[in-house]
Amino acid sequence: MTETILLRVKGITKSFGGVTAVNNLSFELVKGEILGIIGPNGSGKTTLVNLITGFVKPQSGEVFFKDKKITGLQPHRIADLGIARTFQIMRPYHSLQVYKSLITPLYSSRVKRTTGGKLGDRDTVAMDLLEEIGFERDARVPYKLASSLPLGYQKRLELARCLALMPEIVMCDEVFSGMSMAEIGTMIPLIEKLQMEGITIIMVEHRLRELFKLAKRVLVMNFGEKLAEGPPKEVIANEKVREAYLGTETVPC
Amino acid sequence: MTIRARRKERLDRGIKVRATSIYGVSSLKEIFYLMAPWQILILGLLIIPLVLPSMYWQRVICMMCIFALLGIAFDFLANFVGIVCLGGALFIGFGGYIAGSLNSSFGLSPALTIPIASIGGAAITTLILLPCLPLRGIYFATVSLMYPLMMARIIEALGIFGGTDGLPSLATYPNIWVDQYLIIGIVLISTLAFRRLVNEDVGVVLRSIKDNDQAVRASAINVTFFKALAVFIASIIGCFAGAYLTHLYGWVGISLFALDFSILPIAAAVVGGRGTIVGPVLGAFILTPVSESLRAFGTLRIVFYCLIMAGFIVFMPEGLIKYFQRKYHQFEHWIEV
Repeated sequence: MTETILLRVKGITKSFGGVTAVNNLSFELVKGEILGIIGPNGSGKTTLVNLITGFVKPQSGEVFFKDKKITGLQPHRIADLGIARTFQIMRPYHSLQVYKSLITPLYSSRVKRTTGGKLGDRDTVAMDLLEEIGFERDARVPYKLASSLPLGYQKRLELARCLALMPEIVMCDEVFSGMSMAEIGTMIPLIEKLQMEGITIIMVEHRLRELFKLAKRVLVMNFGEKLAEGPPKEVIANEKVREAYLGTETVPC
Repeated sequence: MTIRARRKERLDRGIKVRATSIYGVSSLKEIFYLMAPWQILILGLLIIPLVLPSMYWQRVICMMCIFALLGIAFDFLANFVGIVCLGGALFIGFGGYIAGSLNSSFGLSPALTIPIASIGGAAITTLILLPCLPLRGIYFATVSLMYPLMMARIIEALGIFGGTDGLPSLATYPNIWVDQYLIIGIVLISTLAFRRLVNEDVGVVLRSIKDNDQAVRASAINVTFFKALAVFIASIIGCFAGAYLTHLYGWVGISLFALDFSILPIAAAVVGGRGTIVGPVLGAFILTPVSESLRAFGTLRIVFYCLIMAGFIVFMPEGLIKYFQRKYHQFEHWIEV
């Protein structure tokens, strides 16, 4: 089986004032895989997602999607190519009902292109999508205000918003954080299902145990730099990674 | 000692539930109850010129409708798109001057100048506001407030479009009934159309932009384009109001860029209820006559006006329409606890 490189990040750098959030980082994303990105707080994971999706412009370095340069494009152009993302800090459309939250991506020209204009009634499509992502299809939940949902459902809704775009890459920025074990338990098969459907996934996570069930390859970041890259087991055994997460063990003398 | 307290209990009338079932059409009383809100609005607007036929009221009714249109535009942009636009004077000014100059230079009749001014004025307004669209909240408001002031000074300084004298003796409407029913019709259509628009898919996209524009960007939607579209739609009715005003008085002048046109619609939206579209219409219909009747007090009327506003903000911050909506949907009665 030949591996197609879907996304290629080359020496990307971004600093905010004196802080270098992402420093000369390069990696590749293979089509169909789940890549985990981990690292201590403030190591630049979210900035990396922002850089790839165009919400933040890099000082140097480039991002290629299917060998086409996407750095410098507007966020909606990048999303239009099929790179969807969730937000770590969620702000659901508070004045809209749950199913109406999915109208916006369904209204995009990408969806129109992908479906060949045969999408049909957007409300119905939104309802189907919600059911797929684990919402009860009853007379109440989809009609509630999006902001009244419990956190776990808001995260699901955020993921549903990505899927409504019919994306090729989904970048999940800490979808597991704040979820209970039971909720994560229902999310894992869902993400596996997405992978089966051919969607490539980048997961930025702090919950390592759950992440390692999904990701076959992990990228570790520290102070904006790549610390290690490889299968979860190797990465966890890496001395430098342990140091970054737990600190060095020195005996005071 | 027994403490007896009472509290108000609210019970839903369940109108929505019944409206979607057969029961909803099972009794005449129910049908009337369901139809009442819109019927009151439509019939009320159509009857007003007949019950208030005096010369004084005819002008007041026209002004009420102009402010209602500006109120709708403001409410739509502020509460459904998230653009706080104080550009009422800008809409009126551009609409008015385009209609006025077309009429005085080319002799076009109002039947032509009004549509041209509505669309053309809206296009120009959108174009000059386009660079400021990424600005949010108060910053956009400041820019949109600044433009009309600037336009008035430019016209004054360059002496174009008649300078400070304006363009006199323009075409007016054939009779007072056309005067009133033209704008009442437009107010009705705009109210219904905007109510419809915000619940269509385009409207939902616009409301999403208001709630979280980052997420909309991540959904492959060009936020600036949709914001510009919203400004264009809103300024069509704003510019229409300006063009209408021009032909109502048969005169165009820099007073069309007056701040009243920017400020009063906001007051109308506060009084009537923000985020309802109908609210600003009701607000304009209450505030304009009040404002006119206070004219007798000279400049002191601003004091009364402010008192009324302050009263509404303190005692009924949600606005009249939301209050009526609650009464419509719920019973209230006292129970002892």
